[in-house]
Amino acid sequence: MSEYSRRVQVTINAREHEIDCEPRQSLLELLRDGLQLTGSKEGCNDGNCGACAVILEGKCVLSCCVLAVEVDGAIIETIEGLSDGLELHPLQSAFLQETALQCGYCTPGLIMAAKDLLSHEPNPSESRIRHWLANNLCRCTGYDRIIKAVKKAGETIAASHE
Amino acid sequence: MSEPNNRRPYRVLGTTPLREDGVEKVMGQARFADDVFLPRMLHAAVVRSPHAHAKIRKISTHKATAMPGVFAVLTGSDFPTLEPTILSHSDASTTDDLKDISENCMARDRVLYDGHVVAAVAALSRHVAQQAAEAIDVEYEILAPILDIEEALNEETPALHEDFTPGQFVLQTKKASANASGFEMNIGEDQDAFSTAEVVVEKRYRTRCVHQGYIEPHAVTVQWGSDGIMTVWTCTQGHFAIREQLSIVLQHPLSKIKVIPTEVGGGFGGKDLIYVEPAAALLAKKTGCPVKMVMSRAETLRGTGPSPGAVINVRLASDKKGTLLAADLELLYEAGAYPGGPVGSAGLAATSRYKISNQTIRGVEVLLNKPKMKQYRAPGGVPVNFAVESTIDILASKVGIDPLDFRLKNAMAEGDRMVTGLPCPKIGGRELLEAVRDHSHYRTPLSGPRQGRGMAYALWFGAGKTSSVSMTVHGDGSVLLNVGTPDLSGTRLTLSMQAAEVLGIDVAEVSARVLDTDSIAFSYKTVASRTTHSTGIAVYQAANNALREMARRAAVYWDIEESSVAITRGSFSDLGNPSRCLSFFELAKLLEKLGGPITVYGNASPGSNGCQLAAHLVDVEVEVDTGKINLLRYTAFQDAGNAIHPDYVSGQMQGGAAQGVGWALNEAYFYSEDGKLLNTSLLDYRMPTAVDLPDIETVILETPNPNHPFGVRGVGEVPIMPPAGAIANALYNAAGIRMTELPMSPGTVLEKIKENID
Ligand code: FES
Ligand code: FES
Repeated sequence: MSEYSRRVQVTINAREHEIDCEPRQSLLELLRDGLQLTGSKEGCNDGNCGACAVILEGKCVLSCCVLAVEVDGAIIETIEGLSDGLELHPLQSAFLQETALQCGYCTPGLIMAAKDLLSHEPNPSESRIRHWLANNLCRCTGYDRIIKAVKKAGETIAASHE
Repeated sequence: MSEPNNRRPYRVLGTTPLREDGVEKVMGQARFADDVFLPRMLHAAVVRSPHAHAKIRKISTHKATAMPGVFAVLTGSDFPTLEPTILSHSDASTTDDLKDISENCMARDRVLYDGHVVAAVAALSRHVAQQAAEAIDVEYEILAPILDIEEALNEETPALHEDFTPGQFVLQTKKASANASGFEMNIGEDQDAFSTAEVVVEKRYRTRCVHQGYIEPHAVTVQWGSDGIMTVWTCTQGHFAIREQLSIVLQHPLSKIKVIPTEVGGGFGGKDLIYVEPAAALLAKKTGCPVKMVMSRAETLRGTGPSPGAVINVRLASDKKGTLLAADLELLYEAGAYPGGPVGSAGLAATSRYKISNQTIRGVEVLLNKPKMKQYRAPGGVPVNFAVESTIDILASKVGIDPLDFRLKNAMAEGDRMVTGLPCPKIGGRELLEAVRDHSHYRTPLSGPRQGRGMAYALWFGAGKTSSVSMTVHGDGSVLLNVGTPDLSGTRLTLSMQAAEVLGIDVAEVSARVLDTDSIAFSYKTVASRTTHSTGIAVYQAANNALREMARRAAVYWDIEESSVAITRGSFSDLGNPSRCLSFFELAKLLEKLGGPITVYGNASPGSNGCQLAAHLVDVEVEVDTGKINLLRYTAFQDAGNAIHPDYVSGQMQGGAAQGVGWALNEAYFYSEDGKLLNTSLLDYRMPTAVDLPDIETVILETPNPNHPFGVRGVGEVPIMPPAGAIANALYNAAGIRMTELPMSPGTVLEKIKENID
């Protein structure tokens, strides 16, 4: 750590962390290198693939484009915090059941982006899902099954609230 | 998705169970290459040439070396000098000259493309390594770059290499001129086929260099022990290939290199060659610390192996009833800075779905100042399929036959002579085209103006090659399946399913792993659509070996002859006393007493994986004021032989089609006049997003491959081939314009529309 490093306090997946960060480090680096929360992926490091998406203060952000020192005091959710132990979140189950992943590298980012959508709009149309996820690249699947998985997860979540 | 036809009586095959490794992937726990962290690990960064062609005069590293946190610096002089030509021990890892590969990993006296690696640094963090890399001064003497195919072929253009080993991917090429090597294939005796034919069409096409676009950039971590044993963690399609390439390039024994394959975030043909691996290894050796090197996206685009741009001349002749009589093709493909691109496989697949008795196919690969070109899903197949399928439509309309009927009339069938001279194996080509004709998509009228429908048809060969597996039946009845072919998309499951089918047990009882190079016998890469097919054959053997061994144990248990034990669907009975019967699990539980758990092996080296066939049908609408092509409806048809997991087959078809659509509409490398790659981010190298693609409907047919115990054919590659031709044909039907270049981006389409109006 250099002389410029700053102490950052952050709550990630309901656990508090304190960690020294350099001003040039991104939130993605804080998560991956600093805390070894490697579920968030780096695909481009410049905001163009969505593999690093996490939820910051209730909103989906690209963690490669957020500086680590900016998240001091913030609450963050990452893919690692989504399931309840081994009990999968409806999005995780739907991705599995709908075969919405091949290599799985884009999956954490897509699931986090979709979670943000579903938390505001539990029943989005197919076109709405496509537009919402347009910032998340997947090179393997052609997206069809991803869209279906998100739709299905939305229905599951809605049903569980009834 | 339509379910496959004529489902045969399998218990497990054809069902759609969930993959075991999927849970880790949706939970963010799967370990990809960049997720490897070792104690005392350093991070490496490389210096890349900003010039497309230059001599390296001098490299000054002292500033970098003096920086705090920097542990070691590396240049080309640290690499072992190799013999002028050094080929792989077999074609096990690559058909390229490893001397070229070594220089491609680290330039020696000159750089041959923008992004060519010149030096490397290991430091405490990625940031420090990058800063140190920036502090390395390289003095270049800039040379004129060769940037396009015509220029490279011009006799006046100086040779890029004084001498070179001609490329030999799939077909051996021979040196043809200073910067080119080629091959020619001929069948048929009729010299006059073209001059006497009633209808002849000739057209020239051009496509651009594109990238595989895997979302996970290349990443590697290397530890070099004081015992000389090198351990490598990397995301690769072929860890045995990486091991061999490292062994030759670093002149280090195969037995002292262990490559551990991590999960792979997409490969598509781009992840089976070493790039930064040797530099990471040498830095690990120099520093005594593990060294990790992760490429940025820009590095991945600039400095790995994209798929070549091409110029293709197509000449086709038919009689006036629409029977194809002759084909004459010239395929000029970029090789990039070193030979070995995919022009050979492109040549084989150029026309091999049609019966044409007179054919000449010339392939030429051309050296120029771009990255060394590589395979990308059906290597070389997309440009030539676009060219031939476009020409087929033109020819059909000249003859006055519906393009689908034209294809049906000329479809190659079993026994027809292919361009290789060999008879065509059993394929379901006609059935596939008939399925298109009978599908509701084909018969539904278009709904508006400026809309058009088009199709294209493709065949791809794929490859067989060696696969090794081991299988253990444990005392609790669970089965461990170990394989040597990396899993890019769910093959652990499709292999487990084949094991479960043979063993007569539930697929959930089989757990599959991809083992490192020390732990399983040699296996060829996961390439050429081969894993579910070829490793599947090895699994089939191993599972049968397991059943035989279990029968032997049952014979011991019952004290009878081995030949008296009958095996039926996972249960064992005494032929002499049929009331004596043990299920797979009952017998497994007895194994401990009968000699312990059973471990058996399977090893297969099939010659091919059967032909893959696809036909795609697409409806487009063109925006005449912007030139943008919108896809309205898309249906992909494919013969899977036997769809082991229909959802995965369909997923391959959709994913391949999506990549083909990107290639057709958007993707291309843009170079400046002095040869710098201009679009080095995913914003500028634009791959399809969820809003660019329609639902891709899939229709799976099954014409069993006679050379696989379950009839499996390769599946993964062919679906990338038809989109460009299908869209070009649909565009013609929508707007009367014939695109002869890829990508058909709005700008180029608009230009063509204007030309048409003028
Ligand atoms: S890594 Fe953050 S958007 Fe690609
Ligand atoms: S599953 Fe591979 S990138 Fe999406």
